Amino acid sequence: MSSHPTSLEAIQREMAAAVMRPLTADEEMQATAPDGRAMSEVAASFIAPNSRLDAFERLEIYNRQYWFRVLGALAEDFPALQAIVGGRAFEALSVAYLTAHPSRSFSLRNLGSRLIEWLVAHPQFAGRRHRLAVDVARIEWAFVEAFDLAEREPLTREQIATLDGDSRLALQAHVQLLALEYAADDLVLKLHKRDKRQTSEAGVKEYEVHAAPAKLPGFRRRPTWVAAHRVDNSVYYRRLAREEFLTLNALRRGLPLGEALSAGFADSRMPEPRRAGFVRDMFSNWAELGWVCAPELESLIKT
Amino acid sequence: MSSNRFNAHQNHGVGIGLRIPHYRHIFSRKPVVDWFEIISENFMCDAGRPMEVLDQILERYRVVQHGVSMYFGSATAPDPEHLRRLKQLVRRTNTPWLSDHLCWGSVDGTYTHDLLPLPYTWEAVERTVERVRAVQDYLEIPVAVENVSSYAAFTASEMTEWEFLAEVVERADCGILLDVNNIFVSAMNHEFDPMVYVNAVPAHRVAQIHIAGHTKYEKYILDTHDHPVIDPVWQLYARAIERCGPTPTLLEWDDRIPSFDEVHAEALKAIRYLHRAASSFHASSSKDVILSARLSPERAEAVR
Repeated sequence: MSSHPTSLEAIQREMAAAVMRPLTADEEMQATAPDGRAMSEVAASFIAPNSRLDAFERLEIYNRQYWFRVLGALAEDFPALQAIVGGRAFEALSVAYLTAHPSRSFSLRNLGSRLIEWLVAHPQFAGRRHRLAVDVARIEWAFVEAFDLAEREPLTREQIATLDGDSRLALQAHVQLLALEYAADDLVLKLHKRDKRQTSEAGVKEYEVHAAPAKLPGFRRRPTWVAAHRVDNSVYYRRLAREEFLTLNALRRGLPLGEALSAGFADSRMPEPRRAGFVRDMFSNWAELGWVCAPELESLIKT
Repeated sequence: MSSNRFNAHQNHGVGIGLRIPHYRHIFSRKPVVDWFEIISENFMCDAGRPMEVLDQILERYRVVQHGVSMYFGSATAPDPEHLRRLKQLVRRTNTPWLSDHLCWGSVDGTYTHDLLPLPYTWEAVERTVERVRAVQDYLEIPVAVENVSSYAAFTASEMTEWEFLAEVVERADCGILLDVNNIFVSAMNHEFDPMVYVNAVPAHRVAQIHIAGHTKYEKYILDTHDHPVIDPVWQLYARAIERCGPTPTLLEWDDRIPSFDEVHAEALKAIRYLHRAASSFHASSSKDVILSARLSPERAEAVR
């Protein structure tokens, strides 16, 4: 980068790099640039001072605004994660994540889209509750997806009754399937906000940190299968039996119904006599909740 | 209410921004409101509650779209997916015009989600005009660009903000969403007379006006949209209306949002200025529209 950026692109790259650089612990702009220059010198190379603020201070306003806005947005999408790791740790986690994965979308809605994979790879940011934190983050991201992903015309009971083993089904995009290590869904339900943030153009005054981690009951690992989904435009969680989860997961992967059911009951301990009734109930629930739809309707329905 | 081709000759009156804390009131009381402005990005999803709300609003009210992330001034190209979704929404809402900001906020595909000010250079004029034209052509509706509040100015700037605005809108042949609060905020932060700015705006291109409140700090003003409109901003509004004629007006309130009635009452204060201007505007409008900040060819050449 030249010491005095003059082209539009060079100015924007220089300013974006400064604005997106993490703040100090005192919420100030860092004094030194990554290349060792003083930030006051960097700022003065393209920002003009006024009678009250020098170039550094003017650039710092945008640096703060950026972090207040993205930290606030991430905290709104992951309130339970924030509660279990604590406000300070969540802030550190968020800064590290957003530094590694700044927004690549025009919408703040997608800000947390890579948090889970990042958190899995960086356990030190969630401390001793790391694996629980990953489960909680997965549930909260599933909520974001279930909230506004597409819903197609679901198959009716009559249409479902015509399916056979070769039929290929599609799952509604908003149905999010989760295989968890902990039964963390109830905890998230308790901590989660139902109202979604709206984007605005207004400046942001601050980012509030809620310091202490929540006091939690003892959590033991217990494999848990959950679907986050939407009914009448509200998001719900539904616990699934392992067999139902595996069947749905196989359907999502595009397997025909017969193979999906085989995948669902692979290594199942469910007694054979119970299985037919279980499958009937499963289809009944899917029909009621509108979870399945046709990738291409004519290929699924026998005439 | 006057209208022009930049607001599709619509006479919208005084509206407010559609915000979540007011949904319950709007759906249960069905208040009379001239129009709602929606933030496009809040409704550019596939389905779910946002779209249900939008459809209910569209059944009863006029809606105009206002965006926050088109970044007309960004040097790197816009996201095609953003444009595709925006057009989809335009078709759903039938918005008569669409606005977004005269700013930048993304670079190389990374988004700051902020409205960053542009250096007022000829290069920036050209790049911005190119993008405004492309977006307007793609969306097939009138586009208005909004002046932003800013906290920093660039050493590279070659003209004033109002000269830059005039150059962009004339060359792009687009409208202006004139935010008089933003003019006030920027004027205080950059130490210029806000009335000079208002007087220099190409009035015949103003499609819509924004009013809002802000927060004053010791050394600068932040555009927070969390207070009522202050008197000096109303004075700028009065002057803008005097010059532009009665223009669709929208109150923005985004933080510490009071009751629906309080927000609506604050917006409706604009009516007294609109009525006053309505009678006097038509007599003087023919003289006023030629007053514009656009640089003369000589001045433009001189500052190149």
